[in-house]
Amino acid sequence: MTQISIRQDEGAPLDAVLLYIFTGVGAFAALLAAAFTQDPLFRFHAYVFLAAFVMGAAGMTAGVAYGRFKPDPGRYSDGVIRAGVIATMFWAVVAMLVGVVIAAQLSWPNLLYFPEAGWLNFGRLRPLHTSGVIFAFGGNALIATSFWVVQRTCRARLAGGVAPWFVFWGYQLFIVLAATGYLAGITQSKEYAEPEWYVDLWLAVVWVAYLLVFLGTIWKRKEPHIYVANWFYLAFIITIAILHIVNNMALPVGLLNHRSYSVYAGVQDALVQWWYGHNAVGFFLTAGFLGMMYYFVPKRAERPVYSYRLSIVHFWSLIFIYIWAGPHHLHYTALPQWTQTLGATFSIMLWMPSWGGMINGLMTLSGAWDKLRTDPVIRMMVVALAFYGMSTFEGPLMSLREVNALSHYTDWTIGHVHSGALGWVGFISFGAVYCMVPWLWKKDRLYSNQLVEWHFWIATTGILLYIAAMWVSGIMEGLMWREYTPQGFLANSFVETVAAKHIENIIRTLGGLMYLSGAVIMSYNLWRTVRMPGHEAQPQGASSLPAFVAAE
Amino acid sequence: MSHRETDEHSGVETTGHEWDGIRELDNPLPRWWLYIFYGCIVIAAIYWVLMPSWPGVNSYAKGVLHQSDRVEVAKQLAELQHLRGAEGAMLRTASLETIEKDPKLQAYALAVGQSVFGDNCATCHGVGGTGAKGYANLRDDVWLWGGSLEDIQRTIQVGIRSDNPHARQSQMPAFGRDQILRPAQVDDLTEFVVALSRRPANVAAIKRAAPVFIEQCSACHGPQGKGDIKQGAPDLTDADWLYGPERADIRNQIWNGQGGVMPTWEARFSPETIKALAVYIHANAGGQ
Repeated sequence: MTQISIRQDEGAPLDAVLLYIFTGVGAFAALLAAAFTQDPLFRFHAYVFLAAFVMGAAGMTAGVAYGRFKPDPGRYSDGVIRAGVIATMFWAVVAMLVGVVIAAQLSWPNLLYFPEAGWLNFGRLRPLHTSGVIFAFGGNALIATSFWVVQRTCRARLAGGVAPWFVFWGYQLFIVLAATGYLAGITQSKEYAEPEWYVDLWLAVVWVAYLLVFLGTIWKRKEPHIYVANWFYLAFIITIAILHIVNNMALPVGLLNHRSYSVYAGVQDALVQWWYGHNAVGFFLTAGFLGMMYYFVPKRAERPVYSYRLSIVHFWSLIFIYIWAGPHHLHYTALPQWTQTLGATFSIMLWMPSWGGMINGLMTLSGAWDKLRTDPVIRMMVVALAFYGMSTFEGPLMSLREVNALSHYTDWTIGHVHSGALGWVGFISFGAVYCMVPWLWKKDRLYSNQLVEWHFWIATTGILLYIAAMWVSGIMEGLMWREYTPQGFLANSFVETVAAKHIENIIRTLGGLMYLSGAVIMSYNLWRTVRMPGHEAQPQGASSLPAFVAAE
Repeated sequence: MSHRETDEHSGVETTGHEWDGIRELDNPLPRWWLYIFYGCIVIAAIYWVLMPSWPGVNSYAKGVLHQSDRVEVAKQLAELQHLRGAEGAMLRTASLETIEKDPKLQAYALAVGQSVFGDNCATCHGVGGTGAKGYANLRDDVWLWGGSLEDIQRTIQVGIRSDNPHARQSQMPAFGRDQILRPAQVDDLTEFVVALSRRPANVAAIKRAAPVFIEQCSACHGPQGKGDIKQGAPDLTDADWLYGPERADIRNQIWNGQGGVMPTWEARFSPETIKALAVYIHANAGGQ
């Protein structure tokens, strides 16, 4: 022990040295891969890896030289959270911009069709948008807030020395690999799991590091109990690791080839994929963001959480039931009917466990309802909870086979996803980031509450336009698809049902554009907040560990 | 360690824990929440009893209602067969002319044709069949490969420049791109072709182009430019232009000699479906 502490005084700590070696070895391996592969797409990604590792090694050289990696156990590690907040907003604007572009492509297919530039086609941009919003925006928001929440509610600095930084930059590398891969046409064609085998392996490494950092911090905690937000974050991290690894089991065509084949085939492959896909919704977009909600709503409202017992019961029922609901994505397919029944019934039983989070969040505001009028940030989070409640009611409804027969494959599903993504995931993340930025950059307030008001109203109107348009077009096309002539022929051709949605598509584009505008306003507001002169009196999120300031 | 206190606003006790200033109230589960949760579980259980549900080792619980998607679909297909079996059978044996003359059979063929056309042909030819630049208009009386019932049937079967060995083949040379003609000659020919469709054009250019047309173009398009259906060569004297009527369009076509591809449908449609499609297209066109 003494030897290690002496070494720490002399130079870089062990974990930084190990990571330094790792980036060097990684850069060399990427160079070899680029040199020996016959596959141009694989070589392209080998160069991306090489660039990332070289930049990582350069950054670490500078860091070690200036003694940046010496841990200060008396302070929370907030640098990585600041980076996470910046990444969250950057990817939010990029991914939502791509969303507006593809919505415009659906509205004006002739105007925005570029046969010479294949990477601009809808098929390439669509996964860029979905993964960009879910994993780049949502993922960064979850990692950043989880690092904030776990430190504050455990009264412990993040575990693992430089590991949190590895998680952050490793995750950005995953995003860049996934995004450039989609544009280049690299995909294993599994929705929300499009990246190929080597990107999946990289994410698995990063994700396990994330899990260890999170668990290590909980292990070091100075609070006797683990706060409910951390249960949800932990459930999200563990389950995503399992889902990601199981769904992406694949055999590469060659070790220097980007293609791979899934180890599952036929309907088994479909079922594993939708077990993954549905729980990406359940554990990434629900459990993770509930963790966020359980910290930032009571913190901002300055009210106690409504019911501890409700949080226990709805946590465990949500975890146990969600994992079985995936088959409802495969109604009326080759999937055996009994499996469909089970998927639908577990979805029905999931309704109240989902709503438990909404009730606990909304009721936490009792005694602070007046803040809805004065504080647009808390209003944003309350509207997020309302959309959460709406889409978790709509979900079980759509999982019923009779309803699904109408809604499946239509825009209704798109609308459902977006009421969850824009309303719940987006708004709760925006709320959390609005809370964290003044704390992280030591300001006593945001630059402008007025701009938050603008963001709130523009984005809310945008969501409503979006989902209302998708309800109308979804039900319309669903009804058109099932319309038969007296002789039993389809009454409408597919092209006619597409043409019928033109106006709704334009309204959807407008709604998306409004939502994007809100995010741009927010980015400006946060940038001005960061640039405001600092405040002497430290606000509630001060970076010193309270344990060291005032012992209890 | 934990010290329970009473929340001033609600009068409810806290659990006595605190994390970063956040406390928790010790409220019970909302009754309505709990009862709806139980209700959903009961509904799920009833559903399991009625419908196919839990698996065993070799089979699964069939459900009290004995409902089966597979049986349902078979029943619906049988009903469909009953509904249109008679006409379907007649369609198989009847000749194209017979189908067109028998009003009942023709109505049936038109229904099949419209449905099949909408989901397969409309992508290129448009829902109304009026085509687009590069895609033939099927509603007029101009036919590259013939507009009789048999001709249309044949085109659907084998396609145009498709991978079918009997596909309808024609290939206009790329006179400009492949340097068969000099750019100035292509310009002159453009004027000549414009003049063929009785539009004003440069007389000097027409004079220069006349021998070139005879030498290079007349073998397919004919000495008068009237085209030849046997070779799929279009009539250049009418107002119908697959790749556009403007000078720039015509020059581009002489320069590049474009030729689109129509797929072969033999392997995807049954012979009676192709018959119905031919009848549908023929009935809606200025036929031949």
